[in-house]
Amino acid sequence: MNKSWISPTVDQVGVEERVARFNTRSIKKESKMQGMLLALNMIDLTTLEGKDTAGKVKQMCYKAMHLADDIEGLPTVAAVCVYPNHVKTAKKALQGSNVKIASVATAFPSGNSSRKIKLEDVKIAVTNGADEVDMVISRGEFLAGNYNFVYDEIAAIKEACGTARLKVILETGELSTLDNVRKASDIAIYAGADFIKTSTGKIQPAATMPVTLVMLQAIKDYYDETGIMIGMKPAGGISTSKQALQYLVMLYETLGEKWMTNEWFRFGASSLANDIILQLGKEKHGVYYSGDYISKD
Amino acid sequence: MATSKNIKAVQKKSAPFVSSVKSAFQNYAPAPESSDHIQLKPQYNLFINGKFVKPLSKIYYDTINPATGKKIASVAKGNEKDIDAAVKAASKAFESWSKTDPKERAKYIYRIARMIQERAREFAVVETMNGGKSIRESRDIDVPLAANHFFYYAGWADKLEYAFPNRTPKPIGVAGQIIPWNFPLLMAAWKIAPALATGNTVVLKPAESTPLTALKLAEIIQESGLPDGVVNIVTGFGDCGAALVNHPKVNKIAFTGSTPVGKLIQKSIAGTSKKATLELGGKAANIIFDDAPIDQAVEGIVNGIFFNQGHVCCAGSRLFIQENVAEKVIKKLKDRMKTLIVGDPMDKNTDIGAINSQAQLNKINHYIKLGQKEGAEIFQPECSIPSHGFFCKPTLFIGTSQSHRIVQEEIFGPVLTIQTFRTIEEVIEKANNIPYGLSAGVWTDKGSKIFNLTTKLKVGVVWANTYNKFDPTSPFGGYKESGFGREGGVHGLLPYVNF
Repeated sequence: MNKSWISPTVDQVGVEERVARFNTRSIKKESKMQGMLLALNMIDLTTLEGKDTAGKVKQMCYKAMHLADDIEGLPTVAAVCVYPNHVKTAKKALQGSNVKIASVATAFPSGNSSRKIKLEDVKIAVTNGADEVDMVISRGEFLAGNYNFVYDEIAAIKEACGTARLKVILETGELSTLDNVRKASDIAIYAGADFIKTSTGKIQPAATMPVTLVMLQAIKDYYDETGIMIGMKPAGGISTSKQALQYLVMLYETLGEKWMTNEWFRFGASSLANDIILQLGKEKHGVYYSGDYISKD
Repeated sequence: MATSKNIKAVQKKSAPFVSSVKSAFQNYAPAPESSDHIQLKPQYNLFINGKFVKPLSKIYYDTINPATGKKIASVAKGNEKDIDAAVKAASKAFESWSKTDPKERAKYIYRIARMIQERAREFAVVETMNGGKSIRESRDIDVPLAANHFFYYAGWADKLEYAFPNRTPKPIGVAGQIIPWNFPLLMAAWKIAPALATGNTVVLKPAESTPLTALKLAEIIQESGLPDGVVNIVTGFGDCGAALVNHPKVNKIAFTGSTPVGKLIQKSIAGTSKKATLELGGKAANIIFDDAPIDQAVEGIVNGIFFNQGHVCCAGSRLFIQENVAEKVIKKLKDRMKTLIVGDPMDKNTDIGAINSQAQLNKINHYIKLGQKEGAEIFQPECSIPSHGFFCKPTLFIGTSQSHRIVQEEIFGPVLTIQTFRTIEEVIEKANNIPYGLSAGVWTDKGSKIFNLTTKLKVGVVWANTYNKFDPTSPFGGYKESGFGREGGVHGLLPYVNF
């Protein structure tokens, strides 16, 4: 057995203290402006609802490319995130842009289905043109201690992804302890994940800073061991620019500047973009303006 | 891979602001705490018998901001006569204060605690200006803890018979208290609060380099209406402290400071009836086992040695790492140290502020040279430090052994020595193989290992999976040459009572 396979223990109190320390960083002026622009560029603009329609997806895709055209110099978001059956619509709507298409798959959000159906789900997403696949791990198997099952499943899905990048959702809100979060992170990384992701957004709590920190530390240990970079995506529960900046401080001080791009870090969020636009608009206009000036697609 | 091509395209488009983000986060934009609301007087007098009085010595000295080296106020240099006046005032006040209804005593102490909270920001800024510690620490640690000590001991004032069941605690008299420069306000609180709660009166001498927050506390004490002479504050140098120790009307000495001065004090009071508590130096072992939560342990190492620039008597200055994880821990520690921000203590993002004085900086630099001469491998991150004022980069010495002087002697700066060990027996022996015995840290996931070590380490405080945690309810103090007597908690009342 490879020695790095033994996941280190995690002390929850220590993790929370470290997070509190990140949150005392005071991000002002130029750092704040640049941080907010970067955060916008890292967003996976997401709609994952039973009531999603082609119309809704098209509107969101336009927003992804045109966050707020009245403010100059805004980047686009990194990607849109939809169900597999909406990938084609999104692909068409995003033609000619750099915005990527991420699709959830593998019986999202519960992951309770057969391997065959999960692989088929991934195939649909990829064939329809998804650049990135967001899979869920089998939490039931994980909590039952069947780590090999979880590992093999991730490895099989990675293979099915072909050239698409694989994000592995741990659904940390169901894993109960930070020790489990660390263990699941290590399994996902070694099984072939390109990204590890906290949550589906369907379970509370979704992304938290302590959980994200533990995952970032797993990524750091893997990088120190192998030199291979893994991406990180906290998803759900990050809705303000202040929170986004706190995550970026944590990212910067844990993994360093190499990770400070949307190739290696994403925010899975639907309302974060508008809060950042509001803050940037304030910088431009000098005053806060009504949320009604910002599109709510 | 088709996707990586697309990714490159995105990167290219967003390159201009992405690269500036990197630099924006490499040096967080300045976030200085404002000092506009702080009013420092040009000159500070002694606080004796409820009034601010000119020193009988007629001499004033400059107190500086160690981050700039510039003068910020002049302060009275008390001498033997000033001490005599203060002790006489305290002695007179003791007659009525010791007989004051304990509930009334508690009210005054509560009031002082609340007034510190009300003026917390002012205290934090002045503490940072005068002592050099980062505003983050003075704001989040020193000042709130100082207020909490007053709150805690206010609660004991009318419950002393429960603290000492079946005994009758009585106040001692005049307490002569001498405090150091590393936690100027907090140490004043540690000393004054239990003394007042037990019905004693106080003459306090702050350290010469950091008198300002104690004098601000004197303003609060005056405003609080505490009867005249119950607390007296006399600023000055070593001779002033010596006069306090030797004054015949002082009944108890409480001293926090260096071991050599502690020894002097014990010699001076030998043969007298004076009680004493001494809280002296330390050279604590911080022990990392292979089953420790490594990332949190690294954070604990950083908090253990770089907290308050390492000017902490209980600092975890000797790191012991189990050999099979040593390489990993040291790599992580180095990476973490690269993110530490050294600089203007008033900036809210500063992790490591200014060294307290030129003399202390010289001492630290002496040890840094010595460590290299002794053949230990040095590591300092490539951080920038200000060109003015007294600053020192966080420093590691790797590959040290028990016989290195940098391992044996207290440096009192941001300098950590690292040794490795193989077995529990070995690390216990090494941890105890030092004249000091104040504190230690143990990092392991195994509870039984923690309890095994707490009984075998000859130190006053053992932190498990954390470091440098302070609370008014928890007693603090040392063994061996780290002193005797406890401050904080119920135990902290004991040195201030007779039965």
